[in-house]
Amino acid sequence: MTALLDHRLLVVSGKGGVGKTTVAAALGLVAARAGKRTIVAEVARRGDVASAFDRDGSAPFEEIELADGLFHISIDPQDALEEYLRDQLPRGPVADLLARSRVFALLAAATPGMRELLTVGKLWELAQLERRTPGADAYDLVVVDAPATGHGVAVLTAPRTFAAAAGSGPVARQGRRIDATLSDPSLTAVIAVAKAEELAVTETGELRRSLQESMGLAIERVIANALDPDRFDASEAEQLRSQGAHPAVARALRGHERALRQRAQLERLAQLTGQVAAVLPLHPGGPDIERLADELAPQLHAVLPAAAAEAPA
Amino acid sequence: MSIPVAPPGLAALLDGKRICIVAGSGGVGKTTASAALALGLAASGKRVAVVTIDPAKRLAESLGLRELGNEPSQVDPALLASHGAVIEGELWAMTLDPKATFDDLITRLAPDAQTREDVLGNRIYQQLSSAVAGSQEFTAVTKLYDLHHDGNFDVLVLDTPPSRNALDFLDAPDRLTDFFEGRALKLILVPTGIAARLMSRGASVVFSILKRLTGVDLMDDIAVFLRALGGLMDGFRERAAGVKALLADPATTFLIVTSPEREPVAEAIFFHGKLREARMAFGALIVNRVNVAGDEDPDELRAQLVTDGLADALAGKVAQSAADLRLIAARDAEQIERLKEELDVLHPVVVPRLDVEVQDIGGLLALREALM
Repeated sequence: MTALLDHRLLVVSGKGGVGKTTVAAALGLVAARAGKRTIVAEVARRGDVASAFDRDGSAPFEEIELADGLFHISIDPQDALEEYLRDQLPRGPVADLLARSRVFALLAAATPGMRELLTVGKLWELAQLERRTPGADAYDLVVVDAPATGHGVAVLTAPRTFAAAAGSGPVARQGRRIDATLSDPSLTAVIAVAKAEELAVTETGELRRSLQESMGLAIERVIANALDPDRFDASEAEQLRSQGAHPAVARALRGHERALRQRAQLERLAQLTGQVAAVLPLHPGGPDIERLADELAPQLHAVLPAAAAEAPA
Repeated sequence: MSIPVAPPGLAALLDGKRICIVAGSGGVGKTTASAALALGLAASGKRVAVVTIDPAKRLAESLGLRELGNEPSQVDPALLASHGAVIEGELWAMTLDPKATFDDLITRLAPDAQTREDVLGNRIYQQLSSAVAGSQEFTAVTKLYDLHHDGNFDVLVLDTPPSRNALDFLDAPDRLTDFFEGRALKLILVPTGIAARLMSRGASVVFSILKRLTGVDLMDDIAVFLRALGGLMDGFRERAAGVKALLADPATTFLIVTSPEREPVAEAIFFHGKLREARMAFGALIVNRVNVAGDEDPDELRAQLVTDGLADALAGKVAQSAADLRLIAARDAEQIERLKEELDVLHPVVVPRLDVEVQDIGGLLALREALM
């Protein structure tokens, strides 16, 4: 099996609000520290990764360096379309005309799956050792900050769907090439981020199923984000309960109950995904990417199967 | 620590509104806030329908939402009463089925059976209407428009799709009208022959290159699809104009829900700006899942707890827990301040983080309590 960071594409998915962007940035940093020239690519967003590094997120379709060996890009389908056309057509007035053409943009926008295809096409381009973008250097790894779960799968399946619908022609051929990369587990790995909460865990289970069904891909690594610390053992909790009604004690106990519920959800997550998740603790002062990368690095490779190994049917 | 309580109250802010559109980024509790809001309005005597997009299974089951039908069904009053909810009005709920809504629209607008069948049976239409991002926004407002015109409800609450880009939702009617009215459609609809010669040379180049790039089969399908849809254009345009007017109606209001985290807050600010640009009404800001800390100093707390008889180590852990919570709560408060300033809202509706995930009627009641 390919080591996680030796893939070409790491697709980070998960339910909205679980901290995908933060985790994708931390993963990128882990890879960059390991000496890999890495780019974190955001899909349809406005430079959140850059702002996680306290950088201005404007001019997002450019590849900008955030840290040593760590780059960022925010992918916009319109920009991707223009780039694709410039790449496909002989340079000159026709390419310019098409790129600026409102008719073409409208047709492209109305063509089912075209937005997704263009987005994923750019991701694929970033992952090529021979970049098509003139003068661009190759990356060892592309970390994709994918859209929320459902739409995330749609982006991955777009090339396949498109190739099937188009049948022939350059776009269909391109779709099949991209799909070959995305559905090859030695090149592409999907990483699921969840919080240890019921809904997020359930959705991760659904992601596993739909990935398997639509792409034949497994979730390579599960990451549970923002876990509350479990401070008190059972006897300490008991002492606190008998301590009386100090509001701070009551709040600490409520935090303890929440931490326990989260542990139960971690168990469920392991059952549903067939592996013990890497765990990132909540940072009370706000997520600190450097620290998250420290915490994540040692957990990326030691994947333990869940006790019951397989998800219940 | 005092939670700023909104003096006008959500109920007062929404007085006289017939349509409440609940917007916000994914994962902030939009669906549950919509349902709790609808529950609150129903409790006060209104006949309310809440249209949800993709509710968690347990919530849907808890409300007795049918998977099929694409029409609101009433939440059993006995079920609500069994949870201690006194509902003077009626609560109805539905889960939007974008495909069925799109099919309904075609059926309503098709001038004849042939056109209807041509569209419904077209491969491009089937893909477009099933799960392509962008159609969900449009079908949501389409459903809203239909429910509004059927006139069976006092208030409609719409939970918006988990859209990354709020614009997709506000622009949904415009984008589709643009497309149908646009030159693109005319190009394809224009028959060959004299008309073709009248087409600008640039446009025909565009068309032929597109054909070459995307493959002939697909283009033919698109052409057939668009030609069939051409028969629906007038009805469609009228509908889109109606939807647009409805969104701008004074009885329509947008509620923005966010959690106090940086990214959803940025999205809320962005969406508010778009609302303002589009001159649509902003009704209320709901900040959900806000952490609340005590104001005791952790060191003093530790000393106090030891005096009260707690072992020092345990007292230390409690103090650490309080210190962490203060950090988190301070961060939340900072984001709320940022929202108040950016959105020019004096009194956002602040919902403290509840101890349970809201996914059944009991949870909704707790959330309603905090909301209204």
